[in-house]
Amino acid sequence: MDRVNDFAFKIATANGTGSASANGLIMQAIFRMGIPVTGKNVFPSNIQGLPTWYEIRVNKHGYTARTPHFDLMVALNAATYAKDVAEVRAGGWLLFDSSWPLDEKLKRPDVTYLGVPLAELCNGAFKGVRERILMKNIAYAGALAALLGIDTEVIRQLTQEKFAKKPALLASNDTAIALGYNYAKDHFQCPLPIHLERMDETKDKILIDGNTAAGLGCVYGGATVGAWYPITPSTSMMEGFKGFCQKYRVDKETKKHRYAIIQAEDELAAVGMVIGASWAGARAFTPTSGPGISLMNEFIGLAYYSEVPAVIFDVQRTGPSTGMPTRTQQGDLMLCAYASHGDTRHICIYPADPKEAFEFAAKSFDIAERFQTPVFVLTDLDIGMNDWMVPKLTWDDSYRPDRGKVLSAEELEAAKSFYRYLDIDGDGVPQRSLPGVHPKGAYFTRGSGHNKFGAYTEDSDEYQEVLDRVNRKIQNAARALPAPVIRKTPGAKMGLVTVGGCHAACMEALDLLAKDGIHLDYMRVRGFPFSDEVRQFLAEHDTNFVVEQNRDAQLRSLLMLDTGTPLTKLESVRYYAGFPMSAHHVISGVKAKLEKAA
Amino acid sequence: MTYIAKPKVHHPSLKKNALGLTRRDYEGAITTLCAGCGHDSITAAIVQAFWELDIAPHTVAKLSGIGCSSKTPAYFLKEAHGFNSVHGRMPAIATGAGCANQTLTMIGVSGDGDSLSIGLGQLCHAIRRNVNMLYVLENNGVYGLTKGQFSASADPGSMSKKGEANTMDAIDSVLLALTLGATFVARSFSGDKAQLVPLIKAGLAHKGFAFIDVISPCVTFNDHEGSTKSYAYTREHQVEVVQADFVPMRDEITAEQTPGAAKSVMMHDGSWVTFRSVAENYDATNRDAAYNYIRERQKEHEVLTGLLYISADSRDMAEQNELIPGPLTNLPFETLCPGSAELDKLMARFR
Repeated sequence: MDRVNDFAFKIATANGTGSASANGLIMQAIFRMGIPVTGKNVFPSNIQGLPTWYEIRVNKHGYTARTPHFDLMVALNAATYAKDVAEVRAGGWLLFDSSWPLDEKLKRPDVTYLGVPLAELCNGAFKGVRERILMKNIAYAGALAALLGIDTEVIRQLTQEKFAKKPALLASNDTAIALGYNYAKDHFQCPLPIHLERMDETKDKILIDGNTAAGLGCVYGGATVGAWYPITPSTSMMEGFKGFCQKYRVDKETKKHRYAIIQAEDELAAVGMVIGASWAGARAFTPTSGPGISLMNEFIGLAYYSEVPAVIFDVQRTGPSTGMPTRTQQGDLMLCAYASHGDTRHICIYPADPKEAFEFAAKSFDIAERFQTPVFVLTDLDIGMNDWMVPKLTWDDSYRPDRGKVLSAEELEAAKSFYRYLDIDGDGVPQRSLPGVHPKGAYFTRGSGHNKFGAYTEDSDEYQEVLDRVNRKIQNAARALPAPVIRKTPGAKMGLVTVGGCHAACMEALDLLAKDGIHLDYMRVRGFPFSDEVRQFLAEHDTNFVVEQNRDAQLRSLLMLDTGTPLTKLESVRYYAGFPMSAHHVISGVKAKLEKAA
Repeated sequence: MTYIAKPKVHHPSLKKNALGLTRRDYEGAITTLCAGCGHDSITAAIVQAFWELDIAPHTVAKLSGIGCSSKTPAYFLKEAHGFNSVHGRMPAIATGAGCANQTLTMIGVSGDGDSLSIGLGQLCHAIRRNVNMLYVLENNGVYGLTKGQFSASADPGSMSKKGEANTMDAIDSVLLALTLGATFVARSFSGDKAQLVPLIKAGLAHKGFAFIDVISPCVTFNDHEGSTKSYAYTREHQVEVVQADFVPMRDEITAEQTPGAAKSVMMHDGSWVTFRSVAENYDATNRDAAYNYIRERQKEHEVLTGLLYISADSRDMAEQNELIPGPLTNLPFETLCPGSAELDKLMARFR
């Protein structure tokens, strides 16, 4: 039976051979054909030689979550061949390089083998080792174009755009595409039963990764100082910010920069620079991942207690310790919520995809300045580094930054007095002054005990008064954070609750569960501390399935701690092995709980 | 740390600077350090230097980490923003603040524990970045607040108050700074205000990271016989190699300010640092020669003081990063946000 625009395939190669551009080309071509598509890059913590995979899912319904069921495997890495053969679904196909004989022992009777002599074809057509290796990738893209029905006009258009200034490369690419395409046409029944047909579902969409989007969001939010220490999987966020700053923030005449980017000596310094810059009045941020947050803890406590804004992006990867740096997880939910020693509680916001990463990045500076406190923006490797199909990014030109209660020189001059930590209007947020503005604004910022006037104290009551006021301030912030996304289903008595990038898997799972007669209300939390809406949703349902990507059910713990919802109402559904969550993880988790209860 | 404000009694005859401010206007809260602490003398020298330079206190950011020395920013310039950060991490705060607002005059005060143990890495990288600030290391060779442990600057053989000898080599901050490419390196003694005040002034005028290590005896834990950071030892072994004077832009350099083999280096703001080598053939503009000479004299147990090295072509962090002049903190939002039309155009890149 033909499966049009609803299948998945996987390409297995070795890291550093240039397969990324071929894989990107295939995905982009499908996207340009108007067909919803997602790509997941499964890569090693390595520069060259270790195995790497690229998974492409095509889905006419627009489901974008990862699927682990592959209809076609492009198996070009001898080192992983046995594993790759085993992953093809029964009745599927496997494309291999037939320049060398295939190990008969690894043949499966339920898989159709498609041999394309990629190396031979490229050795004949190209000179030089490097070009032969590179063009082998483009050649398999050509073969896939024939087998899957990718529009060759679209491919030509893409290569022309990409190599507009490099005619020699363009010619090589065209040749390689034709080699693979023609070979497949001549030797196989093209297209395969799984194939593509043009749709019109992507014209208002883009393909973008979350790190690039978040970097762009920082530019749009008016951030001027970025400090960072390179760490996978967050690195490309600062590269994105830098690229956009070079495009938009360099003075046309003087060539001077309206931004500063400092590569710090470590994450401790990076967050210290953010705190120093924010203290001096800039919008500043640092992108990092879990190990970086661990290192930043002491400084985070200082910013919390001395009430200095700071924006920290945590592109989560698997932990603990170094973990698997190139795999994804939501393992830092607790760490970020309560980072640093002593009583702390931090504002966290959780984008679910690159579009929200852009929007929340811009918004995070308003939140940090308004509440004078660190704000964590938690994404993960899947959101940060993979290309997602999302609606085009938009911007409201009427937006102006909310700098919070920062007093100007005129306001300070007119004020009878200024005390840094005095809650004048009862909202828990004191007034703030910046250095260099006015003598009356001077105060001493310190992490040691201080009273509401900003003076050092060891007096119990004075100390506690400030600490309690800071707590009120953070609690009040819950209302100002992105509201939870709630979807009610008529007749549903149970709820499904999740956070961040699990959204895509949950949306697909909810549809599939409904087909089995299991109807669930849905809530995706987007900010911590949790708002009353979150509390209410949990209260309304006797059972809430809490879906997340970590071993210890951290979201469930946060929900319990912050809303007082009893654990008996919170059923945990988890997947934390390092890949992006799939719908089947959610479905099997929910069904297992239901069966147990029955 | 204190919050006891000093009574504001101004003697009418107190001399005023160009801003009409007296020295009292550059003071802070009353110190809570031990009576006779070297750090308090340094504070007094800082007050004197800022007053003489006519710097408006509120344009200054005074930064520190944790420790006895790090308390001192509370004791000067009460009209300046202060930041008592975390142990050993003041350079990161300074780096960020310097990026955000390069018009701030930044002074960081640190100690030998703060700078040479817990914060060694941050000090090194602030030097490497050439953050535009004056960095004063109040060096007493001992941990005061935790009562008398050796610090990394304690000399081998130096005795603790409890009678234990230090067995490890000292990290010499001046040699370290020279090695790392610091553009302004000085050493002084808290008991020598006449030398210290011009050094602080020159350091404040320097565009880049101005490093001054000040031997500052700890009267409570490291001022006994057998200590190499005591008043007695330092007085006996201090050898001034370079006399420095700082001449503000508005003053002419006169002959009497530069006796002997004098040399002058112009600062970015047009002021001059003039210095005269007391030691024969000491060249404070030659990094390698300075390093070798300091090393050589150390073997003879001499503590060389004065302006040990200055680079005439210092490029500070803001310059290296090609920042626009002025603060990044209050740029019009339109110059920061590309807007919706540009975003729409940009979307083509992601299709």
